[in-house]
Amino acid sequence: MEKNKKIIRTKDLNILQKLYIPEIIKGLKLTLSHVIRPRFTQEFPEERFKPEPSFRGRPVLVAENGIERCVACGLCARVCPALAIEVQASETELEKERYPVKFEINMARCIFCGFCEEVCPEEAIVMSNEYLLVFSSLDDAIFGKDRLLKPIEEVKDRLEFLRQFRYNKQETK
Amino acid sequence: MDLVSIGISFAKILFVIFGILMLGAAASVWAERRVSAFMQDRLGPNRVGPFGLLQPFADVVKLIMKEDIVPKQANKFIHDLAPLISITVALSTFAIIPFGNKIELFGREIKLIVADIDIGILFLFALTSIGVYGITLAGWSSNNKYSLLGGLRSAAQLISYELSLGLSIMGIIMISGTLRLDQIVLQQTEYLWWYIPKWNILLQPVGFIVFLIAAFAETNRLPFDLPEAEPELVGGYHTEYTGMKFGLFYLSEYANIITSSAVMVTLFFGGWHLPSAEYWGLHPLILGVLQIMTFIFKIALFVIFFIAVKWTLPRFKYNQLMRIGWQFLLPLAILNFLVTGIVMLIL
Repeated sequence: MEKNKKIIRTKDLNILQKLYIPEIIKGLKLTLSHVIRPRFTQEFPEERFKPEPSFRGRPVLVAENGIERCVACGLCARVCPALAIEVQASETELEKERYPVKFEINMARCIFCGFCEEVCPEEAIVMSNEYLLVFSSLDDAIFGKDRLLKPIEEVKDRLEFLRQFRYNKQETK
Repeated sequence: MDLVSIGISFAKILFVIFGILMLGAAASVWAERRVSAFMQDRLGPNRVGPFGLLQPFADVVKLIMKEDIVPKQANKFIHDLAPLISITVALSTFAIIPFGNKIELFGREIKLIVADIDIGILFLFALTSIGVYGITLAGWSSNNKYSLLGGLRSAAQLISYELSLGLSIMGIIMISGTLRLDQIVLQQTEYLWWYIPKWNILLQPVGFIVFLIAAFAETNRLPFDLPEAEPELVGGYHTEYTGMKFGLFYLSEYANIITSSAVMVTLFFGGWHLPSAEYWGLHPLILGVLQIMTFIFKIALFVIFFIAVKWTLPRFKYNQLMRIGWQFLLPLAILNFLVTGIVMLIL
């Protein structure tokens, strides 16, 4: 009981503040001033967010002249923390000698960490700027080569960004 | 009473219910959501129709399609009755408010008021008191503690604020010497000086402030929305209501806001009076329509004010609400009443 008497108000209100009405008008002024402020909302289906190269969207396989760069070394599948990638290698007549017969990313498992891209020695798998991922079933979420391949022109920005990043990293060492 | 005048009365009722109250409620729901969004730097609903104007109608379609759930332990009859009481009261209070001057149409003089009765403003207070039953019964019949608390709060709040509401307009009734709202408006069409009209806000500013605050409490709006305080009472008295029965409560809340705004416009801001318009030499019919538009415009400004206040102020605590009602508003209203009487005696 004694303690309660010791409560001190740190700030006493003056008469204008006690009248309450000027303060209400101040508050109304603030909220009404927001009505005419510009808005930052992007109205999604019409207006779309264009990600920067640093954005990690869904991983894609880089294709040069319609053929994937991937040599099916399996490093990405090894490093993937979510075990989302499955690669099956085979031989080919081309210069790179090996290619993936099957390259699947389970997009229901992918966590967009970007380790696959970081570990890839061929710059064959990169994180694209696509962020719209919709599937109606878990089977539908497994992306095969047909949906993963992407022409190199479309991921040029990301590749450039990665090279710059890697170069800087070596410099600091 | 011949057939034509019955038809005219019907037309007036339809205009008030569908033209002013229903459309107005839909428009205020839309305005509420858009303006509140703008205040929070959002966009608000803008998909259904141009600027999202059809959003309230989409909401109504949704509410009608929804399942109507009545709790097992609820009193079913009263549970069904409560929203009906609310909506009936909300839609009938507007009857005594004049929404325009007399107009001449087809050789007949039509008074733009649904119920031209002598008790005028008293009818409104009588009806709003019945409106409390809707909310209180809804809270009681749901057999839910949150609903019951909401209903109780509503009853306590409306009783405390009705007093200040009634006393705050005593000054106006004394000045005008009548309870008829059309007479009160007509007296406000005179001019104090030059083009400054004799609106009651200039004669009774204290009465207006008391009435405004009490009107906020009467319509259960923030900062006095304790009957439905979401953070503490889930949904208050309409927690157990679904579908269109909830929709009726929602509609009556907005209809009440419009009626309160209309009463404030009528009592304090000259009703349908557009200052100096009668000297412009317009055709009487055009002038009549212009006056109806003026009335609706004034109501719209008040509705926007209601919305702005809702999204600015925090909610009062229950004890603060009662303190303001009994210790601040009521003495102020009585003081205003007394001072007006003394001044009238001296003059």
